[in-house]
Amino acid sequence: MNKPLEGILVLEFCQFLAGPSAGLKLADLGARVIKIERPNGGDACRQLSIKNLFVGDDSLLFHTINRNKDSYAADLKNPEDLAQLKKLISKADIMTHNFRPGVMEKIGLDYANVQQLNNKIIYGMVTGYGSEGPWKNKPGQDLLVQSVSGLAYLSGSDIDGPVPFGLSVSDIMCGNHLAQGLMAGLIKRAKTNKSVLVEVSLLESILDVQFEVLTTHLNDGGKLPERSLVKGSAHAYLSAPYGMYETLNGYLAMAMGNLENISALINCDISDLYFHPNDAFENRDQLILRLAETFKTHDTQYWLNLLESNGIWCAEVLDYQKATTLNAYKSLDIEQNLDLGKGKNIKTTVSPIKLDGSKLKSAKPAPKLGFNNREINQEFGIN
Amino acid sequence: MRPLEDYLVIDFSQFLSGPSASLRLADLGARVIKIERQGVGDICRTLYTSNLVMNGESSVFHAINRNKESFEVDLKKEEDCEMVRELLKKADVMIHNFRPGVMDRLGFDYQSVSALNPTIIYGEISGYGNEGEWKNKPGQDLLLQSVTGLTSLTGNADSGPVAMGLSIVDMLAGAHLAQGLLACLYRKAIKNEGGLVQVSMMESAYDFQFETITSFMNDGGVLPERSLKNNANAYLGAPYGIYQTANGHIALAMGSIPALGSLLACEALLKYTDIKEAFDKRDEIKAILADHLISSDTEKWLSILEPADIWCADVLNWQKLIEHDGFKVLNMIQKVEMLDGYTYETTRCPIRIDGELLTSSKGSPKLGQDNQNIIKEFITLKAVTNA
Repeated sequence: MNKPLEGILVLEFCQFLAGPSAGLKLADLGARVIKIERPNGGDACRQLSIKNLFVGDDSLLFHTINRNKDSYAADLKNPEDLAQLKKLISKADIMTHNFRPGVMEKIGLDYANVQQLNNKIIYGMVTGYGSEGPWKNKPGQDLLVQSVSGLAYLSGSDIDGPVPFGLSVSDIMCGNHLAQGLMAGLIKRAKTNKSVLVEVSLLESILDVQFEVLTTHLNDGGKLPERSLVKGSAHAYLSAPYGMYETLNGYLAMAMGNLENISALINCDISDLYFHPNDAFENRDQLILRLAETFKTHDTQYWLNLLESNGIWCAEVLDYQKATTLNAYKSLDIEQNLDLGKGKNIKTTVSPIKLDGSKLKSAKPAPKLGFNNREINQEFGIN
Repeated sequence: MRPLEDYLVIDFSQFLSGPSASLRLADLGARVIKIERQGVGDICRTLYTSNLVMNGESSVFHAINRNKESFEVDLKKEEDCEMVRELLKKADVMIHNFRPGVMDRLGFDYQSVSALNPTIIYGEISGYGNEGEWKNKPGQDLLLQSVTGLTSLTGNADSGPVAMGLSIVDMLAGAHLAQGLLACLYRKAIKNEGGLVQVSMMESAYDFQFETITSFMNDGGVLPERSLKNNANAYLGAPYGIYQTANGHIALAMGSIPALGSLLACEALLKYTDIKEAFDKRDEIKAILADHLISSDTEKWLSILEPADIWCADVLNWQKLIEHDGFKVLNMIQKVEMLDGYTYETTRCPIRIDGELLTSSKGSPKLGQDNQNIIKEFITLKAVTNA
């Protein structure tokens, strides 16, 4: 198929998750992404495993984030390697890095210098907290960024204290924003024929994720979010019944809905708690507790049948085992196999973007460190 | 010059997923016109959070729809449809997030629209795709979190399912749609081709979980197990988590347990010398840490750990964050003004291009406020009288 970024060459100096997840998005959209890695160890993510899962020498995590890419090993401190890299940079459309402020300046690959090598480059930078201010040298680590951003006061219930999101959400959203900025840069360059600088930071990205509730905070006299005190509530700013309820055999999720209808349908008396629509928020905790008593009396399927047939927005709460057996999961074709050769495969997810009617699949696994050096040297006339 | 200057986006979408994508395109320079239902508009206008009303509408609507115009139409009237078709002929991008089939009935499906305008980029967001038994289910954020296993990752082992307290799946789908649209706009700039971009919230939710679900797929289907207390990631060992201190909380990322033990003068941690124990014995290690860290103030712990390059941070609420110089230097807050003079504060686009903050002082539109201008500018008399 005719992928939109075909012919685009990306050099990825990034490590870990934020930058490389942007590189993965560009790769799936058709770009050729070459990871520039230090000869000794490469991307530190190669050794960062979850649950100690490795495929060959590299962590499964590295494979997940870096499939569909090439690897070029080069030592930025070695003048010969640096000279070769500069040749490569002169041919690239995009380069990305997530070094701390000052590192690329020292090496001579900061934006100003790279523009001298290639005046049409799109130069993407990822930082933790921006390039200025008291936090600029702090480690750009996901949990820490979540923690300073106020995000930890949005999930769980107030009695839990701060509850972080259980995934690297700052990294992932920042990677999404970087990918957007880089492609906007390509569009700008198509008009101006000039280089473009794109900057994102984990902190700005996690603040953007909170844009709705932060806007509420900025305009409600500066009130802090008040999570419900009861288990299962799912959003500090939303009214009952929004949340998850235990049933006889599992959990049921209830989206926003008309409480009068719902309480009548499930035969739960809320007449002492609900007089006016605003009460759905004002008396949220008591309402959730009241509904919870009723939901406990039947199994999940009973409630789904009753509520869905009446147009009420609800769903069963599933774990990965059940979720991945859903027909919807299968019909969306969410999995793909990476071909490691010799009959070995890794199963992983596919790009979430469907283009011109086709899924953006690629069986190309993550590269071994320096796997493409020879081929790239030949192709770009390096050495 | 903004990257998307001169591009026209016609956005039929409602709520958060689609409109968050068009907000990004607007901040990147595009002109975004919301196509809104006569008399009602984007339902998000009345979707209040915490009962807060701002200038007659919800705070979330104002956050999501600033920097856009509103064109109020009745798509059941042929003359209004004709005006929308006129707009689409001149548009670069069209977005919708109706349930499957709705746009076909209205005659604004991809085939019809690309017949009007072959180089248009057509973006759509669904809950669960356009096929299959769930295609008509509501694409609502909490429900998507619930059916994709996402609620098993946050909170502690005994918390039951815990939702991420934001409409994260909506925002992810919006971010992915924006990416697909941008990729196609680039292709259009080079090759003058249109395109179709389709995103579902379910696929976006799994893309978000790509690390954990890939682990699940390759280790024999073992389910994520959150730690008993102080969980911040089901797949990571101690100390990863947030801990209570004497006067607040502290977040600890990765770090060697015995090193932490000696820095914090917590003898009980010194014996965990095998690196595997950080994961295998995380509940017991976290319990020791929690007991110890509560004995002193956050500032004391930070003053010991930060100089030793241990990755840690204070845990801030918005008030403390907004007062902090580390936040102020970002200039993240902007003031915007609606056509009637109402002003409000909101956050800006998180991307900087060529050193410029992509701010915009244009507030959200009142329903139909731009009808006259849009008709004058885009709709030829012929089109209207022929209808």
